[in-house]
Amino acid sequence: MRQACTISKVCIIRGNKIILGDKVILEYDGPDFAGFATHCYRHFQINYTKFHKMDNLGKLGFLAAELLIGDSGLTTRYKGEETGVILMNSSSSLDTDRNHQRSISMRGNYFPSPAVFVYTLPNVVIGEICIRHRITGEGNFLVSENFNPLLLYNYVSTLFDRGCIESCITGWVEINGNNFESVLFLIEKSGSTETGIANFEPSALQKIYNSK
Amino acid sequence: MRNVYLVADNIITPLGFTTGENARSMIDGKTGIRLITDETLAPEPFYASIISNRVLDERFSDENDPSKFTRFEKLAILSLRNALSGIDDYLKNQRTLFILSTTKGNIDLLRENPVDDRLFLWNTARLLKDYFGLVNKPVIVSDACISGVQAIITAVRFIESGLYDHAIINGTDIISEFVLSGFNSFKSLSNGPCRPFDKTRDGLSLGEGSGTIILTSDSTLCGNNKIVVGPGFSTNDANHISGPSRTGEGLFLAISRVLKHSVRPVDYISAHGTATLYNDEMESVAITRAGLQDVPVNSFKGYWGHTLGAAGIIESVMGVHSLKNNILFRTAGFKEPGVTNPINVIDKVLGKDIGSCLKIASGFGGCNAAALFYRI
Repeated sequence: MRQACTISKVCIIRGNKIILGDKVILEYDGPDFAGFATHCYRHFQINYTKFHKMDNLGKLGFLAAELLIGDSGLTTRYKGEETGVILMNSSSSLDTDRNHQRSISMRGNYFPSPAVFVYTLPNVVIGEICIRHRITGEGNFLVSENFNPLLLYNYVSTLFDRGCIESCITGWVEINGNNFESVLFLIEKSGSTETGIANFEPSALQKIYNSK
Repeated sequence: MRNVYLVADNIITPLGFTTGENARSMIDGKTGIRLITDETLAPEPFYASIISNRVLDERFSDENDPSKFTRFEKLAILSLRNALSGIDDYLKNQRTLFILSTTKGNIDLLRENPVDDRLFLWNTARLLKDYFGLVNKPVIVSDACISGVQAIITAVRFIESGLYDHAIINGTDIISEFVLSGFNSFKSLSNGPCRPFDKTRDGLSLGEGSGTIILTSDSTLCGNNKIVVGPGFSTNDANHISGPSRTGEGLFLAISRVLKHSVRPVDYISAHGTATLYNDEMESVAITRAGLQDVPVNSFKGYWGHTLGAAGIIESVMGVHSLKNNILFRTAGFKEPGVTNPINVIDKVLGKDIGSCLKIASGFGGCNAAALFYRI
């Protein structure tokens, strides 16, 4: 039996703007992601020193999850092992891969750093979100040329159907240079939350993803 | 829920280009790990399990022009081709899921061209899909060192729930300057061939290879020796992005979920066993906490090193080979127990009647996975 689920919250970070639900909660005028990330960190008065060590993919996913989970009560309503984090993007960790490659490209100037190398895996952003919010349930990182709502829906639904999770953070976290985009959804079983945005369906994910 | 069966498999490492070739080399006591001197890969000589370009191109050139494909593509194509042999026509339809499991894909191309299209994993997966004439858009799992086990778990769930009837899963990763320099900067490479669970272990050996598993809901595709795959689960430690949890909490949780949902006891464990101090210690804690400390356990890393995104596939294939043939391989490199919690590390080749194999894995980002394979 397919478990009926609800999209209970959405956070969109795109075009130097952050949209939570249907409200624009931040707009930023600047050329690069680094400036945007620092601005967000200050604006939302986040106090988490590990943030500054993260790579750009980590920062982007962390910020989106931070705002998504925010006052949702997710971490008090569910045990850590009851929540899943299933993310997707197009460039994997290529943004940080290029940084690591630069550090080894010259024989006379060879300085690979473990602090950079650890982020040459896309799923490390899942680890960062899990550490911050004490989430210990199912995780996975999927790579897809474009946002693929059907795959996310099938994956996450299967986790709900099998009783692996009671709630899930899922969506898109993509960064390639200064092009960045994150659309994260909080999914819960229908009836467990009063703040539902839409039924959890591929078409609803696509519609929200397409919204400006 | 319907059963998911393993129909066919293949692995490619320096020990062989088929599952059988690898098993024979292992029984003969061979290892693929050797001292490599190659300045295009690392400034100093290093131990790793590397497939010779010459041998790879020889194998590949029977049907293709090797110069038209990357190293990664050649390995993946050879593995897929071998596993698909005889059943490929049956699988070229929309009921078949194709999953590629990899951490870094064609990462060796990054040095020459940082914007090479082939760096995108979905381009690599598409090339493989088109090469074999498969129908559906590929699914790509890139979940660090648990990618392979995750890919299997994903396929099992999608088949169990009726979304697909069959799955072709390939896991591939290659040795590159990129990955070697990174693990070297972590000081996690062993000074010799790696020694999993041993008292003197001092780090991992990197490896490269490709593995393919074909799954189906159609039991008539299998022979008499049927292997069922599942259940499997993944978890996160929520502890540290590059170090395993000291309590083994995440892996313990993944194993516990398998035990809770499994209809079979665990007869044998194929561990991650990277031979780093912390990984092997953590696994011994998790295995003991799950009450499996007496179950025979081995690590395959001493034969072909840590093959990253391919590891979960390659090692599951050899675990299944053990099940089918009632043979337990010794843990190459292991001599004296070196983990705090005594676990039952296999130190010589054993003939033993086993009905199930638990595959476990852990990786950067704090991820863990466990999946069960059993005979019916």
